Amino acid sequence: MTCTEFLAMIDDVIDDEAIAANTRVEIQAHLHSCGHCEVVLNTTRKTIEIYRCHEVYELPTEVSERLHAVIRERCSKRC
Amino acid sequence: MGAYDELVRKYERQIFRIAQHITQNREDAEDVMQDAFLKAYEKLDQFQGNSKFYTWLVRIAVNESLMRLRKRRTGKMVSIDEDLETEEGSVPRDLADWAPDPEQNFNQAELAEILRKTIQGLPHGFRVVFVLRDVDGLSTEETAETLGLSVPAVKSRLLRARLQLRERLSRYFKKKTAPALAEKQRS
Repeated sequence: MTCTEFLAMIDDVIDDEAIAANTRVEIQAHLHSCGHCEVVLNTTRKTIEIYRCHEVYELPTEVSERLHAVIRERCSKRC
Repeated sequence: MGAYDELVRKYERQIFRIAQHITQNREDAEDVMQDAFLKAYEKLDQFQGNSKFYTWLVRIAVNESLMRLRKRRTGKMVSIDEDLETEEGSVPRDLADWAPDPEQNFNQAELAEILRKTIQGLPHGFRVVFVLRDVDGLSTEETAETLGLSVPAVKSRLLRARLQLRERLSRYFKKKTAPALAEKQRS
């Protein structure tokens, strides 16, 4: 397996998609011999983890309160 | 009303996040969030039971966000497909390993700024796919349905978004050579 072939499959590896057993063996062999692809795989996984664990845009309390006030007002007119 | 209020509380953070990621503007994101929840409330009877409420709501929020962008650009067409031709990040260039738990090297405010700056550099058509798939945890099929894209288009955008973000974060997170070690290696 070449680095280009591995990169084309990196999302399937990260997302744990169904990969044919023989392809999985080829991927493992490639990662074992290619430090660069191993780094790219690990740091891409870490990228996703960091964005999942850290909120980039917190919802401010006052924005949430204004939203609920608008919805209550609209609903009281309609209901 | 009580039940709808609960739905709003359940999803308001995600809808605000998506609107912020697309519009890049706090006021617009707040307006989008309000409009999306009000539209959803008015059209609740049209809600098709076979499509999840959340993906339906996100679709409304994405369309509202794109409309806001269009207004800011004085009527210029804005679509989820623009600025996607860049080849940046398709091939990894920065191959240095990262420090273990690299986020620990920054305080909360610094880290938030790095993550914001990094993702803002991506075209919004990549940002929104990454946020729906990797942050919100929607499946590829749900993301495709929500954005009106094909499954292969979502997969292609997700791959490029992930690789571009990784490449950009490497500037901050890669292992630094210790000065003492570097000095020793030079002598």
